[in-house]
Amino acid sequence: MSVTPKDVDHVARLAHLSFTDGEKQRLTSELNTILSYMEQLNGLDTEHVEPLAHVIELANVFRPDVRTPGLAADDALQNAPGRSDDFFTVPKVIADR
Amino acid sequence: MLTATKAFCGCPNRFGDAPNSNVCPVCLGLPGTLPVLNRNLVEYIMRMGLATGCRITPRSILARKNYFYPDLPKGYQISQYEEPICVDGNLEIELEGGAKTTVRIKRIHMEEDAGKLIHDQGPQTLVDLNRCGTPLIEIVTEPDLRSPREAYHALILIRQMVTYLGICDGNMEEGSLRCDANVSIRLRGETALGTKTEVKNMNSFRNVERALEFEIQRQTDLVSSGGRVVQETLLWDADAGCAYPMRSKEEAHDYRYFPDPDLVPVLVDQAWERSVRDALPELPVPRRDRYERAFGLPRYDADVLTAERPVADYFEQTLTALQTLRPGDGAALAKPVSNWVMTDVLRVVAEEKVDVASFPIAPVRLAAMIGLILDGTISGKIAKDVFEAMLTSPAEPKAIVQERGLVQVSDGGAIAAIVEEVLTAHAAQVQQYLGGNERVFGFFVGETMKRMQGKGNPTMVNAVLKVRLAARKG
Repeated sequence: MSVTPKDVDHVARLAHLSFTDGEKQRLTSELNTILSYMEQLNGLDTEHVEPLAHVIELANVFRPDVRTPGLAADDALQNAPGRSDDFFTVPKVIADR
Repeated sequence: MLTATKAFCGCPNRFGDAPNSNVCPVCLGLPGTLPVLNRNLVEYIMRMGLATGCRITPRSILARKNYFYPDLPKGYQISQYEEPICVDGNLEIELEGGAKTTVRIKRIHMEEDAGKLIHDQGPQTLVDLNRCGTPLIEIVTEPDLRSPREAYHALILIRQMVTYLGICDGNMEEGSLRCDANVSIRLRGETALGTKTEVKNMNSFRNVERALEFEIQRQTDLVSSGGRVVQETLLWDADAGCAYPMRSKEEAHDYRYFPDPDLVPVLVDQAWERSVRDALPELPVPRRDRYERAFGLPRYDADVLTAERPVADYFEQTLTALQTLRPGDGAALAKPVSNWVMTDVLRVVAEEKVDVASFPIAPVRLAAMIGLILDGTISGKIAKDVFEAMLTSPAEPKAIVQERGLVQVSDGGAIAAIVEEVLTAHAAQVQQYLGGNERVFGFFVGETMKRMQGKGNPTMVNAVLKVRLAARKG
């Protein structure tokens, strides 16, 4: 499996990132290096190895269903890029019909 | 979900508060914060899973579903992808006429909700993050529903179940119960389903049915005229009565799910599963069947009484209280209690928009009043007045009856005296009756009752009238 500049475009778009052509070239080759490194793992027999979702062996960490103090709206909105009354504002994200 | 707090932080899980007043660094997705799972959410989803015959996964994990949208400040939604906590259940729905059909449940998983966006106020989109991080469960069914009506019944049953289980208020208008419907059509006899579309934004049970009818018709027309269904998401517009393609600027569906490294696996052992199972309440369908079987109630009554759990609870508390007053009568008391709950209690509940659970006449008082009818103290007609009085007075029905002089007159001599007065005063009608016009009998009953201010024992008034009229036949 190898990464093409088109794959880089796709992933960049999903991550809301934009790159110059030079950066794309570099990333393509870097990602390919990482993939080929990971490729080595395919040489191992993992037939009887449980998939690992976490490196720490903890489970069932819960919170009781009890309220804890949060932030006042003013504090929550302090770093907002845009504000109208107590709402965050963003450019319109739905097309008008 | 009816948890007190959000899924991963201690902010209130509450609808209708001032914008951005129930938020904290965790649900705002600020850097350096860590989510911690609400234990009640796990219990609640297990209730629904067990109630629908699902298998509880011994080890389930939480995953990140990645996408950018302003209602999701973290840039991902915490959900479950592989290894959801409940799998392989089923719902048995019942249609009009009693036909039953089974809908398989593929999975039920837990996740957090996104915030709320308001698009129609001003040039910008407004963002309220109170709902962000509130807990949801998503019930995914297999494509077993064959008509909008079946979908409607499935939803009604789901609402009934979640409210019985006490895990959700089931309110579609407020969005506590939502439905995203996948719709596909196929030619008769075909086994493969056609391309599906997803319809969203139906905020009532009726609208789900209408939206599905619309979409089935749209696809049918499209295919009939040689077109092809494209996979897309449609939004239902209830006012326009049509669904239109969602034209949001959301990215294409490529969510790149992966296990959330911030959250550890959820392990459910047999003891935990058993404790949740043992604590499940009786569910609506078994309860309805029990009402028919144990109380001998008609199916109609059983349906109405068990449609909502508070009503069923009210009914049973009243019945139990009445059975304590009249131990010998047992199940025979169910029908009179059912009648009062269905006609009078539910009428007032609907008119006054009150909650059955806090109905002004507590079950014990209603039972005491029905007891007064059954022991002959008051007539059923007078009872209606007593019931009205009890709505605004905390007094015991017996006290109300005495205070207002409503005790039924069952004294044969007193009734006979009034009956004589009536028959004497209406000699012409008596002649009509004796001449064969039996319909005037009702007139005599009415006149007698009027003179007795409605307090005459109706059975006795009828009997005495018959005897005295017969005597006049000579």
